[in-house]
Amino acid sequence: MTTSFIHPALILLCGALILPFIKEPFRKLYLCSVPILTFLDVIYLSWHPGIHGVVTFMGDWTLTFGRVDGLSMVFGFIMALMAIIGTVYGLHVKDNLQHIASWFYVSGSLGVIYCGDYLVLFLFWEMMAFASTFLIWFNKDEGALAAGYRYLLVHTFGGVVLLLGFVLRYQATGDLSFVQLDEQNTQLYTWLIMAGLMLNAAVPPLHSWLPDAYSKATVTGAVFMCAFTTKTAIYTLARAFAGFDILIVLGVVMAIYGIVYAMMENDIRKLLGWEIVSQVGYMVAGVGIGTALAINGTCAHAFAHILYKGLLFMAAGAIIHATGKSKFTELGGLYKKMPATLFFMVIGGISVSAFPFFSGFVSKSMIISAGFEAHLLFAGFLLTAVSVGTFLVAGLRLPYLIFFGENRCSEETWAKAEDPPWNMHAAMAAASFLCLLLGSYTPFLYNMLPYADVSYHPYGGYHLSETLQILAFTGLAFIFLKDKLGPRASISLDLDWFYRMGGRGFLWLAKNPIQWLDNVWGVAYRVVGLYSLMTTARFWSWFDWHAIDGVVDGSARCIKAIGRRVTIVLQRGQIQQTIYISVTFAALLLMSYVWL
Amino acid sequence: MIINFIDFLKERLQSVKIGFYIAVAVMVVWSIVGVDTHHAHTWMEAHIPGFWSIFSLLSCAVFIYFARWFGSSGIMTREDYYDN
Repeated sequence: MTTSFIHPALILLCGALILPFIKEPFRKLYLCSVPILTFLDVIYLSWHPGIHGVVTFMGDWTLTFGRVDGLSMVFGFIMALMAIIGTVYGLHVKDNLQHIASWFYVSGSLGVIYCGDYLVLFLFWEMMAFASTFLIWFNKDEGALAAGYRYLLVHTFGGVVLLLGFVLRYQATGDLSFVQLDEQNTQLYTWLIMAGLMLNAAVPPLHSWLPDAYSKATVTGAVFMCAFTTKTAIYTLARAFAGFDILIVLGVVMAIYGIVYAMMENDIRKLLGWEIVSQVGYMVAGVGIGTALAINGTCAHAFAHILYKGLLFMAAGAIIHATGKSKFTELGGLYKKMPATLFFMVIGGISVSAFPFFSGFVSKSMIISAGFEAHLLFAGFLLTAVSVGTFLVAGLRLPYLIFFGENRCSEETWAKAEDPPWNMHAAMAAASFLCLLLGSYTPFLYNMLPYADVSYHPYGGYHLSETLQILAFTGLAFIFLKDKLGPRASISLDLDWFYRMGGRGFLWLAKNPIQWLDNVWGVAYRVVGLYSLMTTARFWSWFDWHAIDGVVDGSARCIKAIGRRVTIVLQRGQIQQTIYISVTFAALLLMSYVWL
Repeated sequence: MIINFIDFLKERLQSVKIGFYIAVAVMVVWSIVGVDTHHAHTWMEAHIPGFWSIFSLLSCAVFIYFARWFGSSGIMTREDYYDN
């Protein structure tokens, strides 16, 4: 390991472990300074591209923790930046565990971004999955516990598929390095690795976890979650699967699928979750197109997306924080009570809708242009159609149903509604400013992109006229058709139906046939087995009483005393807490083994 | 400040709408006569006047009606569907 290399994830991890010992009045300052330090470290790393943090593991394997190149730099930069914004947004949260889980989650993401081989990737990949599960479990609302378990199970499944893929690849090629895979020579492991990575990018049919989990997370947890999991997965896909044609089709399908479900959705954060599926579709398609412009577009869009989607989730969180309601059917007309939140949500909405001078305008169009330039007309036109749908949903339907239109709030909700605390304001203002900065001063983003020699100029007359026509006529259509987009108290069935209902089938199987078998076995056992067992047992009982007890009793008393202490401290009977502690210990052990 | 501004606009909703329609009309005219379609991606865009306006209107209609049909075909269901 080179002496100058400090992994940004390490700063966050250490910061998270020290956090419980920091007391007010220094706590807030500390909470801000750890992600800022991480961000400075990321900037420092971007001045020193190359391979850092190479360690030998168990004799045979070389682990690479710090591959700093064009692709990892831009993703590392935005992840660290979002960590600052997210932490500031959650500054009012008193529960240290929530901050610790968020920081572990961000470290997982940064670890994946800078890793150079599959073992390190997998370590951090699982760290992300476990840490983010707690961001759902910390929410005490009804349904969050179950949603957390579903999220964990789905991601564990994805992790296992990924593991299977890279182990098969290791067996076949003896290579663990995380590099571009060959499209001409695809093997089973290629598809397994792709499926494992795609699950985190929420590519259909592996997408249902996203709206399900993000709508159930804590207010601050969702702000973190919307940024890291899918975009880290996009980074890994861009790293290993650039130019794989199947991703173009999947990306376009994903973009359309997400927007259609977003139109039917009644829950604010679920709608935004579907919007993520749709927007990540652009990026997946960009990775699939695979040209220099497309990869640049993917990175730029991921960068812009993290900021405006974070902003939208922050605004949605502010509404839930104030009113406790998250459904359109229980909100409406709130502009009188929460004008600042409205302002920030509109900024997020027009950024995602690609208004000129806002971030979506300079990033989304790169992917669409790359599609047209690669003569993929269907992808170009369909993705443009989806941007029409995006404006309809995120720019018009979302703010309209919350802040304008019919007031569907109960008296209690109306009384509780108010703009959020200063720290939430600050985080939203920062994200809004960055959305404007990206869109208005293009070199800020474009100079960071991995292919520096590709130039792209979004502010041409033709692109402006195209965008203005799209926005204006979508607006017109909304004026006339907005009643068709009204809220309905419903949920939309999706592919998660299969595992939610499948789980029930398994439960039925366990309750009925398997239980019956167990009963029959029990009866047979009582009749035949019990007599012989009793006879031998009597002998062993005599032996035990006279010989072994003397020796065992002494040590047993000792163990019992220790056990009781451990139970009181570590195992309080809550499975989440036990998993949390076990996983933290496992991660620490592994870390200390690797680093020390 | 924001509230006052919105209320101000709401009181003059008709004028705002007319203003919007005029702005859209001006923009479309500019798009048709004033914009160099040299950078268009396809033949259609260069030769159909106001191509993206028609495209957006159609896309909106298709998305909205498809989502409604799709939802009412059984995909949208009661909220307690999964609660046994």
